[in-house]
Amino acid sequence: MEAFLPSVVSIAFHGVAYGMILYVISVGLSVTMGLMGFVNLAHGAFAMAGGYVLTSAISRLGLAFPLALPLAFIVVAAVSVLLERWLYSRLYEAGELEQVLFTIGLIFMAVATAQVVFGMLQQPVLLPEYLKGRVSLLGREFPLYRLFLIVASGAIIAALWFGVERTLWGAMVRAAVDNRTMAQSIGINTRRLFTVTFALGSGLAGLGGALGAEIIAIQPTYPFEHLAYFLIVVAVGGLGSLRGPFAAALLIGVSDTACKYWVPEFGAFFIYVATILILLWRPAGLFGTRV
Amino acid sequence: MTSFIGYGADPGIRLIEWLPWLAAIAAFFLLPDYLSLGARVLTYILFALSLDLILGYAGIITLGHSAFFGIGAYVAGILSAKLGVIDPVLLLVAAAVMAGAFGVASGAVILRTHGLTQLMLTLAIAVVCLEIAHKATPITGGADGLSGVTIAPVFGAFRFDLFGKTAYVWCLTVLFASWWLTRRIIYSPFGAALAGIRENRVRMHAIGVPVYRRLLTAYTISAMMAGTAGALLAETNQFVGLNVLGFEPSGELMVMLILGGVGRLYGAFVGPLVYLIAQDFLAKQFPEYWYFGIGLMLVVVVLFARGGILGLVDKLVARWRKQN
Amino acid sequence: MTPVLETRNLCKSFGALVVAENMNFCLEVGARRALIGPNGAGKTTFINMLTGLLAPSSGQVLLGGEDITRLAQEARVKRGIGRTFQINTLFRDMSMLDNVALGVAERQGVARRLWRAASHHHQVREEAMALLDTLGLADDAGTRVVDLPYGKQRLVEIAIALGLKPRVLLLDEPAAGVPSLESGMILQVLDRLPEEIAILIIEHDMDVVFRFARCITVLVDGRVLCEGSPAEIASDARVQRVYLGEQHE
Repeated sequence: MEAFLPSVVSIAFHGVAYGMILYVISVGLSVTMGLMGFVNLAHGAFAMAGGYVLTSAISRLGLAFPLALPLAFIVVAAVSVLLERWLYSRLYEAGELEQVLFTIGLIFMAVATAQVVFGMLQQPVLLPEYLKGRVSLLGREFPLYRLFLIVASGAIIAALWFGVERTLWGAMVRAAVDNRTMAQSIGINTRRLFTVTFALGSGLAGLGGALGAEIIAIQPTYPFEHLAYFLIVVAVGGLGSLRGPFAAALLIGVSDTACKYWVPEFGAFFIYVATILILLWRPAGLFGTRV
Repeated sequence: MTSFIGYGADPGIRLIEWLPWLAAIAAFFLLPDYLSLGARVLTYILFALSLDLILGYAGIITLGHSAFFGIGAYVAGILSAKLGVIDPVLLLVAAAVMAGAFGVASGAVILRTHGLTQLMLTLAIAVVCLEIAHKATPITGGADGLSGVTIAPVFGAFRFDLFGKTAYVWCLTVLFASWWLTRRIIYSPFGAALAGIRENRVRMHAIGVPVYRRLLTAYTISAMMAGTAGALLAETNQFVGLNVLGFEPSGELMVMLILGGVGRLYGAFVGPLVYLIAQDFLAKQFPEYWYFGIGLMLVVVVLFARGGILGLVDKLVARWRKQN
Repeated sequence: MTPVLETRNLCKSFGALVVAENMNFCLEVGARRALIGPNGAGKTTFINMLTGLLAPSSGQVLLGGEDITRLAQEARVKRGIGRTFQINTLFRDMSMLDNVALGVAERQGVARRLWRAASHHHQVREEAMALLDTLGLADDAGTRVVDLPYGKQRLVEIAIALGLKPRVLLLDEPAAGVPSLESGMILQVLDRLPEEIAILIIEHDMDVVFRFARCITVLVDGRVLCEGSPAEIASDARVQRVYLGEQHE
C-alpha cells in the first residue's frame, strides 16, 4: 500500500500532462467536425508538422525555445489556410467517404514527406536548461518540463475558452455550429469563419504537437499512430463541444498512463475497449447532444 | 452504378464480363514466374470485393474491414499450425464461419450508429483485434507471426507447389465462386434494397424496409467473404503475420478499391491488380515515393476522378461513342 | 363513418417548446382531409408522429382501432400508413421503376431475397409498371429520377407511397415548389387517387386545398383551431384572423 499512493500521484500528474496535450491537439478536430461537418483524419499531420517546426527551428536555426513554440503555431496555421482554401473547401459538400479518403491521402503524403526530409528516426527535443530540472511535489520528484506543460496547456485552454465564449468570433462560431443556415442568413460570412477556425484549430494542433514533442515522439508515422487517440477524444467527448473533449482527453490521458504503468503488457487495449463500451452506451459521446 | 442493377436490369452475364477470367487463365500460362504475385492479387481482389459489397453497394464506411480478413487468416493458420486441421476447403469454411460470426456480433453494434461514431467504432474494433493477436503470443505467434502452417493438397490431389501453380488456380477458383455469388446478390431484390439504403435511408424507412436488418445481413456476408480471403492468404503463404490486422491494411484495401472504382463490382478487380503490381515494382525501390504516390493518387481520385480507373474508362468510352 | 386513423390527446414538446397539444384527430375511411395552418403550426411534426419518425411525448395513435403509438416506422408502413415528403426524398440515381419497385417488393415480402434476380420478379415489375401507367408515367419508367423534370419528381413521391397500398396516405405539400404550369398534372393525379384510401394532405396552396378537400382541419400553435367543410372554414372568423396575420386572443 505504501508504494500505491505515490504511484497514483505520479500517474495523475503524468496523465494530466498527457491529457492536456491531447486536448490542445484534438480540440481543433472537434470544432472542424462540429462546425463544418468535415471528417479530417489528417489532423494529426498538423500536430506532427508543429513538432518538426519546433525541433528543427531549435536544432537547425538555433532559435530559442520560447520563440520556436509560437513559430510552430504560425507556420502550421499558415499552411493549413492554404490547404483549406485550395483543397478542403472543395469537399465541404461532398460525402463522408470522399472526405475520409481525401484526408487519408493527405496522411500518406505527410508521412512520406516527413520520411524524406527528416528520416525515420524520432526527433530529439532540445529543451532549454531552465526547463530541464526536477521539482518536488507531494513528496515525489517530477520533471519540471511536465509541470511547464500542464501550466502552458492550461493557459492555452483558458485563452481558447475565453475566446470562444466571450468574443464575437466565438459567438459566430457557436452560432454556426448550432445552425449554419441561420448563421448565414443573419449575415455571418461562414466561408471566412471556416478558414479562420480551421487555421486556429490546425495551429493549436501544431502548438500541441510542439509542446508535447517530448511525450508524443515526433516521427513520420505520427499521424497514423495517434489518429485513433485524437478521434477517441472527439468521439467520446462529443462533436462540436468544447468542454466534452477536455474531459475525454483527461480521462484518456490518465487511464492510458495508468494502464501503461500497471498492466504494460495490455498497452492500449483497455482504452479501445472502454471507447467501444462508452460509444455503445452513448453514441453521441459523453457530453455530445447529437451523433 | 445502380443503373446496372435493380428491377429493370438484365442479370445475364455480358460478354465483356468474361474478360477478367480469360485474362487470369492466360496469365497462368504466359507468366509462370509471377504466379505467387498473381495468387496474392486474386486474394486481394476477393478482399476488395467484400468491401465493395458494404462500402460501394450499401454505403457503410469502415476503417476496420481488416478485422475480418485477419480473423480468417488467423483461424485458418491456428487450426492448421496448432490443431492439425490441414484440409484447405475445411479451413476456408471454418474461417468464413468465424469471420461471419464476428461480423454479426460487431455489425449488430456498429450498424446502430453512424457518422464519426461509426468510423471510430470500426477503427477501435480493428485495433483491438490487432492488440489481441499481438499479445496472445502462444496462440498467434505475436509479433513474430504464425509459422508452421501446413496445408494438405486441394481435394487430396493438388499439392501446393513452390512455383505457386496450385495456389494460383485455387485462389482463382475460390474468387470465381465468390464473384458469382456476389453478382447474384447485387442483382437480387436484396441488392437493390442495399443500393436504396445507400441512396436514401430516410425513404427506405418510410417504405417499410427494416434497414438495420438488411445492413446486418450485408455486413455478415461481407465479413464471411473477407474471412475467406484471409484464409486464402494463410493457405497460400503458409504464414500469418500481424500485418493482416489493424488500420493500415484496412486503409490500403480502401485505396485499392477507390483506385479501381467503388460500387461497380469490377473496380474490385482492377484496383488490387494495378496497386499490387505497382507496389511489387516500385515500393521496394522507392518506398517514400511510393507512399507519397498513393496519397497523391487518393487526393487526385477524390477531387477529379471519383469513379476510379473504371470510371475514367467509362468516360472515355462515352466520349468515343459520341464522336462516332 | 368508421375511423381508420385516430389520435388521442397527442402531445409533443421539445423542452419548453410545445409543438403539439392534446391533438384529437380522426380520419374516416375514404376521407379527403386537408390540414392547414400557418408556418410553424406543427403540421409536419404531426405527420411525423403519425408515421413514427417522431415519438410523441404523450397520447396515442390508433390505426384501425389498434394502438400503434410504440410501433416503429416499418411496422406502421406494413399496417397501412404511407407518406410523401415535402422535400423530395427519392432514390435519385435510380430509375423511376426502381423507385417504385423497392417499396412494392418490400410489401410483397420478396425484398430480402438474395438469389433470384430482381428483374425476374415479374410480379413486382408488373405492379410497379401498372402503377406508373395509371399516373401517366409509364413512358419514363426507365429514366433516372434525377433526370426528370421537377413536377414529375413530385409525382414519383406519390407513386412510391401508392406502391405501398396504404389505407392512410399522408401527403406533405405534394405541390410544393411546382411551377403553376405543371401543378395541374399533380391535381389530376390527386383527383384520381383510389377512393377507399383515407387521405390527409398538408398544403399551402389554397386552390389545391379547396379543390381537393371535403373537410379541413386548421392547426395553430400545435392545437386544432377548428374543423369543418371548406365553406365553413372559408367563412370562419377565427381562421380569417389567423390568415390575415392578426394575433388571436
